[in-house]
Amino acid sequence: MSAFQAAAGRDDPHRIGHGRAPARSISGLAYKRIVVGYGFWIFLLSDIVMFSAFFASYAVLVGNTAGGPSGHDLFDLRNVALETGCLLFSSFTCGIASIGAQRRNGLWFYGAMAVTFLFGAAFLSIELREFVSMAARGAGPTRSAFLSAFFTLVGCHGLHVTCGLLWLLTMMAQVYAKGYRADIMRRVLCFSLFWHALDIIWVGVFTVVYLMGAER
Amino acid sequence: MLGKLSWAAVPLNQPLPMIASGVVGLTILGVLVLIVLKGWLPYLWRDWITSVDHKHIGIMYTLLAMVMLLRGFADAIMMRSQQALAFRAPGFLPPEHYDQIFSAHGTLMIFFVAMPFVIGLMNFVIPLQLGVRDVAFPTLNSVGFWLTATGALLVNVSLVVGEFARTGWLPYPPLSEIAYSPGVGVDYYLWSLEISGVGTLLSGINLVTTILKMHAPGMTYMRMPMFCWTALASNLLIVAAFPILTATLAMLLLDRYLGFHFFTNEAGGNVMMFMNLIWAWGHPEVYILILPAFGVFSEVIATFSRKPLFGYRSMVAATMIICILAFTVWLHHFFTMGAGADVNAIFGIASMIIAVPTGVKVFNWLFTMYGGRVVFTAPILWSLGFMVTFVIGGMTGVLLAVPPADFMLHNSLFLVAHFHNVIIGGVLFGSFAGYTYWFPKAFGFRLHDGLGKAAFWFWIFGFYFAFMPLYVLGLEGMTRRMQHYDVAEWHPWTLIAAGGAALILCGIGTQIAQLVVSIRHREALRDVTGDPWNGRSLEWATSSPPPAFNFAVLPSIEGEEAYWGIKQRAIRQARLRDEPEYAEIEMPRNSPTGFICAFFASFMGFALIWHIWWLVALGLLGAFATFVVFAWRDEDEYIISADEVARIDRANRRARSEALARLQVTT
Repeated sequence: MSAFQAAAGRDDPHRIGHGRAPARSISGLAYKRIVVGYGFWIFLLSDIVMFSAFFASYAVLVGNTAGGPSGHDLFDLRNVALETGCLLFSSFTCGIASIGAQRRNGLWFYGAMAVTFLFGAAFLSIELREFVSMAARGAGPTRSAFLSAFFTLVGCHGLHVTCGLLWLLTMMAQVYAKGYRADIMRRVLCFSLFWHALDIIWVGVFTVVYLMGAER
Repeated sequence: MLGKLSWAAVPLNQPLPMIASGVVGLTILGVLVLIVLKGWLPYLWRDWITSVDHKHIGIMYTLLAMVMLLRGFADAIMMRSQQALAFRAPGFLPPEHYDQIFSAHGTLMIFFVAMPFVIGLMNFVIPLQLGVRDVAFPTLNSVGFWLTATGALLVNVSLVVGEFARTGWLPYPPLSEIAYSPGVGVDYYLWSLEISGVGTLLSGINLVTTILKMHAPGMTYMRMPMFCWTALASNLLIVAAFPILTATLAMLLLDRYLGFHFFTNEAGGNVMMFMNLIWAWGHPEVYILILPAFGVFSEVIATFSRKPLFGYRSMVAATMIICILAFTVWLHHFFTMGAGADVNAIFGIASMIIAVPTGVKVFNWLFTMYGGRVVFTAPILWSLGFMVTFVIGGMTGVLLAVPPADFMLHNSLFLVAHFHNVIIGGVLFGSFAGYTYWFPKAFGFRLHDGLGKAAFWFWIFGFYFAFMPLYVLGLEGMTRRMQHYDVAEWHPWTLIAAGGAALILCGIGTQIAQLVVSIRHREALRDVTGDPWNGRSLEWATSSPPPAFNFAVLPSIEGEEAYWGIKQRAIRQARLRDEPEYAEIEMPRNSPTGFICAFFASFMGFALIWHIWWLVALGLLGAFATFVVFAWRDEDEYIISADEVARIDRANRRARSEALARLQVTT
């Protein structure tokens, strides 16, 4: 028993749980990279909670087609498979870009980031084309509650991808202007977490909206 | 060019809002002129507006809360007098104005008083209690504050330009849909809360990361002060609940702006989905507010009972259990939806179960005081008032959790009495206790204790006179939000309630007087050592006000109640610890990012409300540009030299040594 603990015993004769806490891990300040990554994870979790609200509303409203088209009439699974392929592959290249950045290899970093951008943009254009063709067939978001929920859920993911693409370009410019500085590398880490999280959400969208919807 | 905005939006023909906003406008103008003439602008810009110091941001949050409390209370006293006068009479507020007032009152009090108050206290105290120099994301913290301020600004702009929502503090559809609320009122509500909601989320992420990842050496989780634990639970709830609010309000916005059908009556929209979603946020929200208040009471009661907190571990467990249960009871806000007896029973029982951990807490506070030498200062009075009042409010809550009883009491004044009972008795009393308790830490002098006690007595009597009659009225069948009525039995009770509101007004007046008197007598109330209350946690280990870097050397923690241990050892050994070796300290550099972001967000919000699309685009572009500029800066830290650190710390050590010497003489 340390001197401090003995002293605490005297000051606290009833020993109400004080002065005896086992020091399992004497944690000091975490590295900034850990703190930033951790905080960004918390943000991603909150973002996923937001998506869960949109998923929930979609699940509630999916049958409320108000006499309009349902998912079965609208969804083209081949199209969606292509979309999914683009996004998943862009995540792979995003991983390569992270490794490239860690190795300070410009060719790999810029190259993989550019490929990521292209595939992200391809995903987005396929999605936009789907939206436009649906709207042209009179199946826009104002047609029924089901379509409102569909466009909001999928569109919100698309909006995230758009922001991700803007961020991607900013990161390329930042690395170009500032080099592989510690703070820039932290942002690269956050960007890659963000891009992968979009994949997780897309897997949900793909399953809940398209696979389950096309059957109906 | 200006969308829906025209001169018709300014209610020139209504004297009440014009006079009110005229007075407010002149006051703001006067303050601005004073600031410019006195040459305080550079100081304000440097030390406050662009500050990323968690202490300054915490103080600004608290200030925002107190100013908004005045506005929200003005609404309250108008409602109480309207109901006192409107017995078989029209009263002085026409229905469309009265509806805006109760909507604004609730919105302001929850989002711009209670929230910034508890977030302000957490921001100020948490890093000090954890023994660290700053929060995890200082600039983000500043952005969060300024976005909250933007939301408050927009709500107040609605007083002069246009109108506010008439749909209550939660805009239930279909009333809040464009078909039934075609004006801009609901849009003001929605955009204010979307913007300030982002601010709250940022603040939540920042504080969760701070509490989980930033600790002084040896500050393990089970050694953190109780306030850190309740703040952790509260911020976890923010992170998990506020995105639901953002999503829900976004759906309503899509309905209103783009003709979507989430909550409409036609095309398959589902109105009850709004109730479910909004309360999936709304119920955790009440715990977001009350948990930090529980933490404040834990600190205050332990300090002024001169005893460690009783049952620390059970308190931690109770806090985290409440944190989880908060997400399992939302349906009790609308038992009348008709989900069926089984669903209602499950949610009713879940609601009652929350009373168990809360009861654990109340007993822990009682046992902390038991056998202690309780020092009756203003903070402990607020705590005692809380315990009595909150238990009553909790019991009426359990009553409302019984679905058959709820069917009778739903949307009656009984409900209004219940939630004011827990929010005033819990959150507000807790905030006032924390404000009085930590004021000397923030400003270096105590608040006048006598006036603080007087304010407490006004508030507690005012509260009971204002809200106990509402229980009676609810049982007599009076529903909430009534602009006029003709039931003779109700009238005496509404008169008593108005008298209670007047007493609360005296309480607020006394608090303003307390602040003025304390500032004028600050030398007599000066806290020289940094430990005015004989405190137990680390915030009292540094000077008052703390230096920018909080701690010259990060304290090394060897047990619970970190500072109590350090202090007792110093007293026993009759000397402070040896002077540490001072080293230079890196601190985050000031940044106008938050302020500029909020500047653009304000214009963007306003433009969205009035459909001024070019301004929306400009605002978005501006916000993006701000972020890029912020991302491009090369130096985000500045260095405080070891000499400077030593100079500041030595002054505090000297004051503490002298206090120690005096203590040795007296004992």
